[in-house]
Amino acid sequence: MENTENENLIEVNNLKINFNTYAGKVKAIRDVSFHLKKGETLAIVGESGSGKSVTTRSLMGLNADNAEIAGGEILFHGEDVLKKSEKEMQEIRGMDIAMIFQDPMTSLDPTMKIGRQIAEPLRIHKHISKDKAMAQALEMLKLVGITDAEHRINDYPHQFSGGMRQRIVIAIALICYPEVLIADEPTTALDVTIQAQILKLMKELQEKIETSIIFITHDLGVVAGMADRIAVMYAGKIVEYGTVDEIFYNPQHPYTWGLLNSMPTLDTQSGELSAIPGTPPDLLDPPKGDAFAARNSYALKIDAEQEPPFFQVSKTHAAATWLLDPRAPKVTPPAAIAKRQAQWASMHNEAGELVRPETPVTPTTTFDDDRE
Amino acid sequence: MAKYLLKRLFYLLLTLFLIATITFFMMKLLPGTPLSNESKLSHAQIQMIYHTYGLDKPVWQQYLIYLGGMVQGNFGLSFQFDNQPVSYLLATRMPASFQLGVQAMIVGVLLGIIVGGIAAIRRNTWVDGTMTIISILMISIPSFVLAILLQYYLGLKAGAFPVAGWGNFAYTILPTIALAGSPFATTARFIRTEMVDVMSSDYIELAKAKGLTQTGVVYHHALRNSLIPLITLIGPLTVNLMTGSLVVENIFAVPGIGEQFVKSITTNDYPTIMGITMMYSVLLVIVLLITDIVYGIVDPRIRLQGGQS
Repeated sequence: MENTENENLIEVNNLKINFNTYAGKVKAIRDVSFHLKKGETLAIVGESGSGKSVTTRSLMGLNADNAEIAGGEILFHGEDVLKKSEKEMQEIRGMDIAMIFQDPMTSLDPTMKIGRQIAEPLRIHKHISKDKAMAQALEMLKLVGITDAEHRINDYPHQFSGGMRQRIVIAIALICYPEVLIADEPTTALDVTIQAQILKLMKELQEKIETSIIFITHDLGVVAGMADRIAVMYAGKIVEYGTVDEIFYNPQHPYTWGLLNSMPTLDTQSGELSAIPGTPPDLLDPPKGDAFAARNSYALKIDAEQEPPFFQVSKTHAAATWLLDPRAPKVTPPAAIAKRQAQWASMHNEAGELVRPETPVTPTTTFDDDRE
Repeated sequence: MAKYLLKRLFYLLLTLFLIATITFFMMKLLPGTPLSNESKLSHAQIQMIYHTYGLDKPVWQQYLIYLGGMVQGNFGLSFQFDNQPVSYLLATRMPASFQLGVQAMIVGVLLGIIVGGIAAIRRNTWVDGTMTIISILMISIPSFVLAILLQYYLGLKAGAFPVAGWGNFAYTILPTIALAGSPFATTARFIRTEMVDVMSSDYIELAKAKGLTQTGVVYHHALRNSLIPLITLIGPLTVNLMTGSLVVENIFAVPGIGEQFVKSITTNDYPTIMGITMMYSVLLVIVLLITDIVYGIVDPRIRLQGGQS
């Protein structure tokens, strides 16, 4: 990563978002900070309800009416989007920041021909003629790999399969060549072989269109071949962030350990997969201290009392766990994690430089097959 | 498509046959006779009159004769209206009813769409609340009560519109409003629910993410998707209008079918009762058939299935 600090396309600082509900204030986002550089892919990983989607929806100003920004800022090209008017946001949406949604079966308008749906952002933002917009829509349709695009541009969404529809959704998102593409679990609703195709397509298009991607998922396996950096979210906070290698081979937060251990790898023996016990905390009344403590077998006494700050592991890697405090007792992570960390150690030469192994050890579900 | 239409046509005729049969026998159960001065007539005179109209035959024979005539387009002669053919009566009475019905339908449904749409967009605000109250009132108040209220306040007190009768367009305004109440309220409630549903769907969120304005989202995506299911409501609304018109036409003394229908029932004018019932039925089944065909045309998902069958 040769980018320097001032090239941050998006910078989120200390974002706090509450949802006003009948039961009270749900503190969905509790002090989240991250940045996105030009051309990179940042994966935000976490389980349902961890605040991944809320964070990214607020980038576009698309949160529900009962959402309330309790603090922080979201800088896009240095300007705080939280301070922008609805009209200004409309100019950004679809033009500079576009979004792909989770379920392609429901995210297309069933009564409108797909060509028109793809051309719509062009018509809004670039004010070009209908014919020109349709011509560009056709180009984009070919680009996302729809065969016989000339004819299919006049079809309705129900005439396409799930994977094809997600390609169309991607075409809609990319038609204006946005600087940032937010992909909110774009492959979750698809079966595994189609997942791989869509991920491959996204990577190809990212290079062609030179867009940065924020990739939201609960599946670390999907992230491995896709992202440059990973941020792990838990209960409305980022608990660990780092490069893909750092998160996969040198994870520090017990929650990241849990996530990695609950994912099958190529050398997983049967019966080795483990789940994270318990359920996420109630964000109506977030627990004192570390929100993960209750589910964490490595929890220290201090976790129940004080929230851990971020401990820097490397220039790009940090984790919010008291285990990294010099005063904390040394713990042995689960066997599979220890194995990963051993790999990490062997991946570095004497000078401490990263040496990637010949074949990526990084386990993914099917994504490896697609990388040749 | 042709096969589908043929099938529909068969069911349509079957429905009409069943309606004719049931109505005929139920009508024969009506108390009283078509004679208004029965007590003054001798037995022989009554027999003679009955014989003229074929009413002395057994009911099943009368039924077969009637059915035979109907198939040939002969609805018989009215007892009450100077022995005029029923088909002639229908033809002269039809235009007024039809005009009122169409006007009420257009006014009611259009207003309903606008009001329901606004309520959905301004959901859970005072606008929504007010509109909900208005539509619940319009659903709860029977059209004849509304008709009398309109007649009294706008017609009699304010003198803005003719109280009753039939003439130029001004005469149609009050009955149209009275009739439009029910379709308006039904449409408004329906569109609000439908629109709220559509507005929370994924493709609306995608439309917002494209950068469309609120108006753009509603106009290009939400409205079309909410309007399509409304087509299914046109059938029931037509029934509502027909039953509503029976009373409303009476109140405003409109020379329409509804007014005549009520009169024919109270006087046991059998051919007229049958004629009007059949005309209403034919209208209704045709409206239902057209709704289904139109639904297939505007909804691309159904269009495909229709093409395959």
